Amino acid sequence: MQRIPRWADVVLVPIISLALAAICAAGVILAIGQDPMEALNTMVVGALGSAYGWGYTLYYATSFIFTGLAVTVAYHAGLFNIGGEGQAQIGGLGVALVLLFIPWPHWSVALLAATLGAAAFGALWAAIPGYLQAKRGSHIVITTIMFNYIAYSLIVWVLVDVLRPAGQAEPATARFPAHLGLPTLTEIPGLSAIFTDQVPANVSLFVALAACFAVWLLLFRTPLGYEIRAFGKSESAARYAGINPTKIIIVTMMISGALAGMMSINNVMGESGRLLQNASEGAGFIGIAVALMGRNHPFGVVLAALLFGFLYQGGAEIGLWTQIPIDLRVVVQGLVILFTGALDHMVRMLLGLFFRRRAA
Amino acid sequence: MTQTASPAIELRGISKAFGTVQANKDITITVPRGTIHGIIGENGAGKSTLMSILYGFYRADSGQILIGGRETAIPDSQSAIRAGIGMVFQHFKLVPNFTVLENVILGAEDGALLRPSLSKARKELARLSKEYGLDVNPDAVVEDLSVGHQQRVEILKALYRQAEILILDEPTGVLTPAEADHLFRILSGLREQGKTVILITHKLREIMAITDNVSVMRRGEIVGTVKTAETSPPALAELMVGRKVLLRVEKTPAKPGKTVLEAKGLRLMRGGVELLKGVDLTIRRGEILGLAGVAGNGQSELLEVLGGIARAEGTITMNGHSFTDPREAGIAHVPEDRQHLGVIMDFSAWENMAFGYHRHFAKGALMDNRTLRDETAEAMKRFDVRPLLPDLAIKNFSGGNQQKIVVAREIERNPDLLLIGQPTRGVDIGAIEFIHKQIVALRDQGKAILLVSVELDEIMSLSDRIAVMCGGRIVGERDPATTNEKELGLLMAGVNDEAA
Repeated sequence: MQRIPRWADVVLVPIISLALAAICAAGVILAIGQDPMEALNTMVVGALGSAYGWGYTLYYATSFIFTGLAVTVAYHAGLFNIGGEGQAQIGGLGVALVLLFIPWPHWSVALLAATLGAAAFGALWAAIPGYLQAKRGSHIVITTIMFNYIAYSLIVWVLVDVLRPAGQAEPATARFPAHLGLPTLTEIPGLSAIFTDQVPANVSLFVALAACFAVWLLLFRTPLGYEIRAFGKSESAARYAGINPTKIIIVTMMISGALAGMMSINNVMGESGRLLQNASEGAGFIGIAVALMGRNHPFGVVLAALLFGFLYQGGAEIGLWTQIPIDLRVVVQGLVILFTGALDHMVRMLLGLFFRRRAA
Repeated sequence: MTQTASPAIELRGISKAFGTVQANKDITITVPRGTIHGIIGENGAGKSTLMSILYGFYRADSGQILIGGRETAIPDSQSAIRAGIGMVFQHFKLVPNFTVLENVILGAEDGALLRPSLSKARKELARLSKEYGLDVNPDAVVEDLSVGHQQRVEILKALYRQAEILILDEPTGVLTPAEADHLFRILSGLREQGKTVILITHKLREIMAITDNVSVMRRGEIVGTVKTAETSPPALAELMVGRKVLLRVEKTPAKPGKTVLEAKGLRLMRGGVELLKGVDLTIRRGEILGLAGVAGNGQSELLEVLGGIARAEGTITMNGHSFTDPREAGIAHVPEDRQHLGVIMDFSAWENMAFGYHRHFAKGALMDNRTLRDETAEAMKRFDVRPLLPDLAIKNFSGGNQQKIVVAREIERNPDLLLIGQPTRGVDIGAIEFIHKQIVALRDQGKAILLVSVELDEIMSLSDRIAVMCGGRIVGERDPATTNEKELGLLMAGVNDEAA
């Protein structure tokens, strides 16, 4: 196959794929008798047109960075972790336990502890499918999917029978102490000039960015990351190099699960202030698309997470302000995944032909 | 030999470029009917591109192909088959769980029902087998056949499609010496029946043994076409490489010292088959122990066990001590299957330079990539790796240069023992000479070397001591100075040592 220049691969392919997805989405909107331009306008204004809109876009993006990184780390070891959703929910349980049962003096210490709690719970949850894959050969895709259901049911049980305060009708934990609420962008000195209205995006955004840098360091600058990448490319060669496959599979899954779990500091600790049922709201699955679109590179994940944050928030705005149902958000996401993930070889092939012709 | 006026194949001015790389440049070859024509050249000389053009995989940028005197367009492989060209690839294109018969008719079934074409093919196959001495059981399942027999199925497939011109791409790479001899007899038979054979290889011996004419390719060009009877291996080698090459390894007698590695009673079971049946082995300082044997007799497994990839029963000691990590114990390993074991093809040259030793390049928590890159650039310079680009992914280097990087990596660690499997597989002549020199130089520094190779020439010329493996055992040991290929061949085939 013809190779295309690197800049085209990194910049042109995603842009063309997105444009194709947008054109298809416009077709769908036309087909239900609505105006695509109005929809686009609503999305852009609603998600990016104001600090308020950005506050939501960034909030969603924060969660997607975590789950996108989770998928990325596993991908480099050749493991497809579809269990981000369950790991994020179990991570939420970790956050809730840390914040409900230990008295913390200040939100900053609590954030640190909650991050560790979320990571530990997510890691342990992912370690089980990892162990099953490494030791018993149970396919990681199947087990991680199943563990999503188990996690969901476990959380329901915990919220109904264990952590629900007496007399509360809702399946949820008690509220975390008020002084442990994370500062939103509105409350951060300097940023408060921009974000004048209350928004859900909070300091965990910076934890997410730090995690992104840490994952980059891990994958490309540490011996462990080297082993993870080598194992992902060739298991037989990894064995030759003295790399222990069992260890790599389990450790990678634990890191991946820890990252997925860590998204809970954003939604559970930051936004809702208590653990609710289905707190992750599908962010674990969107992480797959984010990683795919971000080319499984930590920095690409940030950009893709922003895009999906925009789609999420913009989609919500469409549901709010237009006649177009909010479900269109799912359609648009689906199209973006289809074009940027599944069909991007098509774009690449066409570009390859174009560049070959130009070279000739 | 019957030769009619129009040659079987004539290529006129074939050129093909990939981007800026000129893979074929103005290639002109005439192959008379009923001859065996050799095409020889180093890896990357453009042989495979040329054959892909002939078989319709690529289209030439310019030039003409004449088949039987008529200009023929070959836009795809169907056209090639229609034009009477049959191709036997280096990596067979057979369905492993189909029978020979089913494989032969695959893609040439006529009609919606299988039975009529199968019975027709059975008759035709019987005729072809008899006519050309291609003895294969039509009902055998392909995966149960030896590599040599599988190759015969490929040839039968081509003949069944009425090929008049048979192209074989590196056909002996996977064969034992006996199987290769048999193949050559088959090819001679084909020639006698008036078929035309094009043999692509980088092995001089095969060219000399079987071809009538030979074309030498270098850097995409034909640098000479000569009658085989009028040339010699050194002359061909010089044409191929563009300079004089030493085909023989120059070395002084070995001065073996203390025992480095001692293995006792190694047994390995895999999938219910005992692959190593009690192997004892001693290697001393300053000697090259060559391990000869037909592929699949336990040499690969022995390398894996000594290199720590597989675990076997028995004891292994290095310098008198048992060990768990072979690299820590001073064992370096250039694996037989370079591309699947020895490197990560998507990694850059410098990343591969650390492969297996990556923990050594850790400075604190992070890898010291700068030092690693500098050392890689240094080593690449010393080992004459081309192109000298440490950042280039290793898959973009030629086989010889990949192997140089692997050998450099393993030697750089200053090991006590070097395990080296098929050191020159898929490696061009110029690089072979270089790698052989490195092995001898390492020996002269007092290191121990275990050489495993299916190339008997290589074993004979490099080794100070030769052990022969057969059926998971070491069946005999010989002094290369006093033994010969025939004696080793008998040992390799399992003829008892005591009787020999």
